[in-house]
Parts: sequence; C-alpha cells; structure tokens
Amino acid sequence: MKVAVLRFPGTNCEFDTQYAFEKLGHETELVWHENDTLPSDIDMVVVPGGFSYGDYLRSGAIARFSPVMKAVTKYANEGGKVLGICNGFQILTEAGLLPGALKRNNNLHFISKHQTLRVENTDNAFLNQCETGEVLNIPIAHADGNYYIDDEGLEKLEANGQILVRYCDEDGNRVVVNGSVTSIAGVCNEKKNVFGLMPHPERALESILGSEDGMKMLKGFGA
Amino acid sequence: MTAIVNVFLKEGVLDPQGKATHHALDSLGFEGVKDVRIGKQIVLQLDTDDKAKAEAEVKEMCETLLANTVIEDYNIEIK
Repeated sequence: MKVAVLRFPGTNCEFDTQYAFEKLGHETELVWHENDTLPSDIDMVVVPGGFSYGDYLRSGAIARFSPVMKAVTKYANEGGKVLGICNGFQILTEAGLLPGALKRNNNLHFISKHQTLRVENTDNAFLNQCETGEVLNIPIAHADGNYYIDDEGLEKLEANGQILVRYCDEDGNRVVVNGSVTSIAGVCNEKKNVFGLMPHPERALESILGSEDGMKMLKGFGA
Repeated sequence: MTAIVNVFLKEGVLDPQGKATHHALDSLGFEGVKDVRIGKQIVLQLDTDDKAKAEAEVKEMCETLLANTVIEDYNIEIK
C-alpha cells in the first residue's frame, strides 16, 4: 500500500506517521499542503496530528482551505480511504468530511497520557483487525478533543455504526476523558471510507514506549 | 465600514471556558452571576460603503470560515 501523509505549516506528527506505516511495510510520501493534487498511485491519505496554522481561529479551520484539501475531498468522495489523527480529525470535521465538531476539553487542560479505548465497531475498512469490545491502549495529546454532535446526529452515528472508538477504563466501561458526547474518541463517515480519531496510534508501536496496540489498529488500515 | 462579528457556542452546547470563569467569579465572591458564555469578537475593516452588500459578504464569511455552525452561532454588526 502507498500512503500519502499531508503536511501543513504546524503539522508535527508526519514523521511518526510515516515511521508507523513504513514499519508495517507500506510506502509513504509526504505531500505539502500547497499541492492541489495527490500522487496518483496512493491507496490512502493520512492527515496527521499537530497544530496546523497554530490552531488559530479554531483547530483545523484554516488548514481545511489549503489547496491539497480540495484534492482530499475529491479523493474521499470517490471512495478513497482517508484517516485523520488528532489535528487531522479536527481538519476533517471542519472540512465537512466527518460529522460533528471538536471543542475545547471540558477541564480546559491539554491532556497528554496513555488512554484505553474500546473498539465499538469493526465493520469498516479501518478496524477489521480488532474485535468489537476489545480494549486498546493508545496515547492521547490534545486540548480540543471534546467531540460534539447534536442528538439527531448522534442517533444517526449509532444507527449506521459510525462510532468506531470510545474512551473507556481497562474493563471497557465508558469514562469521561475530555467531555466528548458519549465518550466518543473516533468516528467515520456514512460511507465508512473516512475515519478520524483523537488518539495517536502512531505513538503506540513499541512495547518499550508503553504499548504496541497502535500497530494492531494501523495494520487493519492496509488489509 | 467596520463589521463586528461575535461568535459564541450555541445555546445548549456546553462552554467549558464560560463554566470555568463562572466558577472563578463565584470563588471570588461575585454573587448573582447566572451564566457566563465566552465567545470571540472579530473586527473587519471593509472597503465598501454599501451596508447591505457588506452584511451579505460578512454573512458568507461567517458561514464559510469565521464560525463553525455545527457548534457556534454568530451575529454581525456593521458600522
């Protein structure tokens, strides 16, 4: 598989993301935000984490208008796989490629720690290597991860199986981490080809760094 | 002309900054504060004297970029 990893001014997880996919045996290519096209031979686009445009105005609000995002929208609309991690998730919601929005964390803190996540749905192109109900240990690092969607939107997400991961304790029970609606940590679009999550699977690749559950999660993306 | 845009989280969307500030005001002994909402103000200098045109343009700016209408409301004042 070949993965395009986007790079905006302020992106800071692009090399970790490349490292992760290369460790899994995939080819990667960095794509600068001013490019108005994507490489033609790719199988997935990753919008990595960071602080694009300094999070000015709102996280992801300015990056979504970068030339490359037009190409990403076209790619997604044609069924191409797109993954947004952390700031990438924020950019994808701002771009309207994913439902909902990410607000400031309830406690106003920048939360940076290992966090357990419950896999909610595996009927998609991303989490097919995991089991529903499985608990993964993946780090989070964000100030604006408080996922919001109105009640009607939430019902739709539930009905379509679009909620892919939720924050939980070690036994899989939901926990409040940042104030997200029903502890949502990651959602996909209706067509299930665009996935965004606040946790960083690319930071959980080696047990010496606390967890290798990120490998398991990312493995499914190329399957 | 000057356009003043105020952007706030929608009613019913919890405002963590407003809540923390409300709590701080309570702690400082300021009684009688029922609610605190924190938003942002964006001031635009516009190169036009046509108020209707300015209003329409700024509304489009709000819908496109200045507000995220999933979670935020906005109002526009043109002077």
